Amino acid sequence: MRIPCPYCGSRDASEFSYSGDATLTRPAPDNADAMFDYVYLRDNPVGVHREYWYHDAGCHAWLTVTRNVSTHEVIDAVLAHDEAAS
Amino acid sequence: MRYSLTSLLKQTLTGHKGWTPQWRDAAPKAEYDIIIVGGGGHGLATAYYLAKEYGLRNIAVLEKSWIGSGNIGRNTTIIRSNYLLSENISLYELSLKLWEGLEQDFNYNAMVSQRGVLNLYHSDGQRDAYARRGNMMRLNGADSELLDREGVRKLYPFLNFDAARFPIQGGLLQKRGGTVRHDAVAWGYARGASDRGVDVIQNCEVTGIDIVDGRAVGVQTSRGAIRAKKIGLAVAGSSSRVAAMAGMRLPIESHVLQAFVSEGLKPVIPGVITFGAGHFYISQSDKGGLVFGGDIDGYNSYAQRGNLPVVEDVCEGGMALMPAIGRARMLRNWGGLVDMSMDGSPIIDRTHVKGLYLNAGWCYGGFKATPGSGFVFAHLLAKDEPHPAANRLLLDRFLSGHIVDEKGQGAQPNLH
Repeated sequence: MRIPCPYCGSRDASEFSYSGDATLTRPAPDNADAMFDYVYLRDNPVGVHREYWYHDAGCHAWLTVTRNVSTHEVIDAVLAHDEAAS
Repeated sequence: MRYSLTSLLKQTLTGHKGWTPQWRDAAPKAEYDIIIVGGGGHGLATAYYLAKEYGLRNIAVLEKSWIGSGNIGRNTTIIRSNYLLSENISLYELSLKLWEGLEQDFNYNAMVSQRGVLNLYHSDGQRDAYARRGNMMRLNGADSELLDREGVRKLYPFLNFDAARFPIQGGLLQKRGGTVRHDAVAWGYARGASDRGVDVIQNCEVTGIDIVDGRAVGVQTSRGAIRAKKIGLAVAGSSSRVAAMAGMRLPIESHVLQAFVSEGLKPVIPGVITFGAGHFYISQSDKGGLVFGGDIDGYNSYAQRGNLPVVEDVCEGGMALMPAIGRARMLRNWGGLVDMSMDGSPIIDRTHVKGLYLNAGWCYGGFKATPGSGFVFAHLLAKDEPHPAANRLLLDRFLSGHIVDEKGQGAQPNLH
C-alpha cells in the first residue's frame, strides 16, 4: 500500500501512522451522549473509507486519505489541515 | 456415528467404505426457535451448547460460505488464559477448562495439546508486570509460573538470550496453555450440533434482520426469509456490517491480522513462545510447519489479506528471538478479519432489539475463546441473562465507563 503524500509524493504506507475514521467531528464537551458516540462508535463501512494517516517518518503532516478497505486501493490523499479549513 | 477404537477397527477391516458425512448439510426451514448467524467456531459452539446444555433443538446456524471458512481456519491455533483483568480471565479460564475436556465431550479428535505458553520478558519493569499478571491469573484460578533466565534456558536453549538490545531475562509460563487443531474444532462442534438436531446451513448469507415493534422476528437470507424467536450474531470480523442491519453502530473497527507458516521441519519448538520486546509468537504444528504471527496491520480492512510491512516486522521479530529461524523458508501467509473493539475485550450481550443478541469484538483473541464463547453465549440466548463468567463484557460498558482495557490503550482499536 502506498500513500500519495501531497508534500513527499507516493510513499510506502509503513512511513505513516494510522488514526482511524476521518468523518467524525468532535462534539461540545458537555454533550455526553455525542461525546460517547464520537469516542466509541464507528460506522466501520465496507468499501470506501475516509481516514487519518500521520506521516511520522516523513513530513509530519496529517493526511485525510480516501481508501477502499475491501481492496486496499488508495484513492486520494489531501492535507487534513486544508480540508478542515475549507 | 460415534467414533471409537471399535469403529476405527471396523472401518479398517472393511476398507473405510462405511464412513458417513460428519454433519447434515441442511436446507433452511421456514422458522426456528433460535438462529445463530455465523457458522464459524463461536457460532457452531453456541449451537452445540444450546443443544447439549439447554436441550434446545430447533436451531439453525447460518453460514454465508462453508463452515469454518473464516477465522476458525485462519488463526495460529493457540489456547491460553494468561490475562490480567478478572473480567477476561474468568471467561478465558472457563474456555481453557472446556478445551481440556472438549475431545471427550464432543467425541472428536481436536488434537488439544497442552504444551505450554511462554511469554518472555526482557527488562526489570516487564518482569514486574508479568509477575503481577501471573499473580492475577492464580488468584482467578488459572495456572502460571514465573521463570528466570535459567528456567527459560532449560526449556528453549536455542533462543537469543544475549541479544544486545533485548536480552532474555525470563518468562511467564502457563503450562496448561497450548495448541489445538483449529479446523477440527469447527468440524467437531458442527457434528455435535447436527447430531442433536441443529440445522447447519451453508451458503446462506444473511442480508437483512426483520424487526417488528422493537423485536427481532427473523432474517432475510440469500436462500429466502427465515423466521426466528431469537437471533444470535457470531460474525466477528463482520459484526459492524451485520449489526448495521439492525440499525446498530458498534464500538468496533474491522482490521486484518496476518499469520504465517514455514516449510515443514523436524520437531524444534516444543511449546508456544512469545517475544516480549516485539509482537511475535511462534509454535510448531504437528505437521512440522512453524506457525507464527505478530501485530495486526493497523488500518481498517475487510480484505482478508495484509501488506508487506507487517510481514517484514514479524520476520524481524522472529530473527531477533531465535536467529535459527532465518534458515527456514516461509511457505504461506494469510490474513483474517478481526473485530477490534474499543477496549480490546469482547462483547457478549443483549442489544436494544428484543431477541437479538451480540457476540463480537474478539480482537485477535477469538480462537482460544471458542468453547467459552459458545458456552456463555448459549447461556445468554437460553436464559436471556449473561453467564456469570462473562457478566462484565457488556455492550453498555463503554457508555457507563466500565471498560475492560487489558493494555490501557484507550479507545484506539489498532493499538489493542
